[in-house]
Amino acid sequence: MTDFLQLFFSGLSTGAIYALAALGFTLLWQASGTINFAQGEFVMLPAFMMLAFMNMGAPILVSFALSVVLAVIVLGWLFKRGLVDPLFKYGMMPIVVATIGLSIAMRNGVRAGFSAEAHPFPSLFPDKLFNIAGVTITMADLGTFAFALVLVLITQAFIAKTVTGRAMQAVAQNTESASVLGINVPRMIFYTFAINAVLAVAAAMLVTPTYLAKFDMGESLGTKAFFAAIIGGFNNSRGALLGGLIVGVCENLAAAYISPAYKDAVALVIFMVVILFKPQGLLGKKVERKV
Amino acid sequence: MKKSTLIISLVSALLLLIVPNFLKNYGIYLLTTWLVFIIATMGLNLTVGYAGQKSLGQAAFFGIGAYTVAILMKAGISFWIGLPAAALMCFVLGVILGFPALRVQTIYLAFATLGFNTAVWLVMRNEEWLTGGTFGINNIARPGLFGYSLEGNLPYYYFVLGVTVILALLLAALLRSPWGKAFTALRDNPIRAESLGVDIRTYTLLSFAIGAVYAGIAGALFASLVQFIEPAPFTVAASIMMYLMVVVGGPGYFLGPVIGSAVGVLLPEWLRFAQAWYLFIFGAAVVLLMIWLPDGLLSIPERLRARRLAKEASAARQASGLAAQQAQTAKPREVQPGEAA
Repeated sequence: MTDFLQLFFSGLSTGAIYALAALGFTLLWQASGTINFAQGEFVMLPAFMMLAFMNMGAPILVSFALSVVLAVIVLGWLFKRGLVDPLFKYGMMPIVVATIGLSIAMRNGVRAGFSAEAHPFPSLFPDKLFNIAGVTITMADLGTFAFALVLVLITQAFIAKTVTGRAMQAVAQNTESASVLGINVPRMIFYTFAINAVLAVAAAMLVTPTYLAKFDMGESLGTKAFFAAIIGGFNNSRGALLGGLIVGVCENLAAAYISPAYKDAVALVIFMVVILFKPQGLLGKKVERKV
Repeated sequence: MKKSTLIISLVSALLLLIVPNFLKNYGIYLLTTWLVFIIATMGLNLTVGYAGQKSLGQAAFFGIGAYTVAILMKAGISFWIGLPAAALMCFVLGVILGFPALRVQTIYLAFATLGFNTAVWLVMRNEEWLTGGTFGINNIARPGLFGYSLEGNLPYYYFVLGVTVILALLLAALLRSPWGKAFTALRDNPIRAESLGVDIRTYTLLSFAIGAVYAGIAGALFASLVQFIEPAPFTVAASIMMYLMVVVGGPGYFLGPVIGSAVGVLLPEWLRFAQAWYLFIFGAAVVLLMIWLPDGLLSIPERLRARRLAKEASAARQASGLAAQQAQTAKPREVQPGEAA
C-alpha cells in the first residue's frame, strides 16, 4: 500500500507538468483551432533560454522572468503573426505541417547552435524529504505539483472570471458574434498565445531539473501532453488538468506493476479507451457536425 | 493528354531510366529510397488527400510490411509470397485502423492513428522473439525475378521503379473509377456524400486499407533495399514525415507524393553542405513553404493560372470600361430601336 501511495504521489507531480503543457494545447485549440505540433519544443526552448540567462550570471527567478518576456515575444507574438495568421484560413493541414516543420527547426537549431548534450538545470526547490505515513515525498515533487496546480487554476480563473477571459471565451466559441459585440478578436487571440508561452516557460522550469535540458526533450513531453489533453477533453481546460494527472499517475503505476518497457504505451491505452467511449474526452463538450 | 504533359512525362521517364547509370551506389540507393517513399506516400495521399482522413500512422504499415517480409524470408519463404502476405496483412490492419475513423474525425483521428503507430513500434522494439527487438533483423536477401538476380543496386532500382509505375497506374485507375469519386465526395462533405448514397463506412475503411497496402508494399521493398531493419525507421516521427511529404507535395494531387517525397528524402541530402544545421534549414524551409504555398508545391500551376485569369479579367474590365467611356464622350448615346418604346 505504501508503495502504491509512493508511486501515486510521484506520478501526480509528473502529471501536473503534463497538465501544464496540455493546457497550452487546449488554449490554442479553443482560441484559434490550431494544433501546435511544436508544443513540446515550446517547453524545450525556454529551458535553454533560462539556461543561457543563468550562464550569464542571472539568478533563476530573474532568468525565469526574462525568459517569460522573450517567450511571449517569440513563442507568442512571432508564432502567431508569422505562422498562424497567414495559415489560419487554409484549415488544419497546412498549420499542422508548418508546426511540424517548426518543431524540426527548433530541435535541430538548438542542437546545432547550442549543444547536443544534456545540461543539468537547478531546481527551484530545496533538497528536502517529507515522510508522511511511510511515504517519502521530495520537496521537488511536492513543489512541482503545487506550483503547476496553482498555475492551472489561476489560468482557469482568469478565463472564467475576468472580463478579458470571458471575451477570450466568446472569441473561442463564436468569432463572428464576438467581433459584432465589439471584442477585439485579434488581441484576444494574442492573449491566448501569450498565456501559452508563459505556461510553457513555467513547465520548462518545473520539468528540466528532473529531465535535464536536452534538445529533444520536447518530443516525448509533447506527445504525452497531447494524449493528456485529448483524454481530458480537447475543448476544455479543466480536462487538461484531469488528463495530465491521469496520464502521470497511471504511467508511474504501470512502470512499476506491469513493465517499464511498455510505460510509454500507457497514455496511449487510456487514450484509446477514452476515445472509444467518449470521443470528445472525459470532460469535453460534444461538437455538432456541420453540413 | 496535353502535349506539354506528354513531353514532360517522356523526359522524366528517360531521366529515371538513364540517370542512375551515372550515379555511385549511394546515389542509386537514395533514388530507390525516394521511389519507396513515393509508393508509401501515394497510399497516404489516397487516405489523406483524396478521402480526407487525417492519418498519422502510415509508418506503422510501412514497418509491418517490412517486418512481415523479413520474418517470412528468415523462415525460408520466398519474397514473392512475402510481398502479397505483407500487402494482405496491411489491408486487414488498415480496415481495423479505419474503425476509429468512423467514430472520430480530424485531430482526434490523427491522434488515434498516431497512437496505433506508437503501439506497433513498441511491439517491434520489445517483442524480441519475433522482431529481434532493437537488434533488428539483418541479412535480408534481395529477390530474383524470372531467373534474374536483383542483388545489384542498379537492377534493384529498376525493379522498384517498375513496381512504382505499376502501383501508380493502378491508383490512377482507381481514382478514375466510381470509387475514386466516392473518396473525394467523402473528403469534400461526408454528410452530403452519405445523402447521395455513398456508403461512408465502407469507403472510410477502404481508404485506410488501400493506403495501408501501398505502405506495406513500400515497406517490403524497403526491407530488401536496406537488407537490415530495426524499429527506428518506423516511429511516429516517420509517420509525421510522410504526412509532411503529402501536404508539402500537394494533397489530392496525383503527383503530389512524387514531389513531396523528393522534398522529404532528397532535399535533406542536398542540404548536407550545411552540416550540423541541415535539419534546421530543412524545418525552416518546410515552414516557409507552407506559408507560401499552403496547398502544396503542385498548386503552383493553379496559382499561376488563377493569377493570369485575374489579370486578364481586370484587363478586360479596364478595356471595356475605357471603351464605354470613349463611346460616351465621342457622341451622345443613340437611342436603340425599341428602347424608347
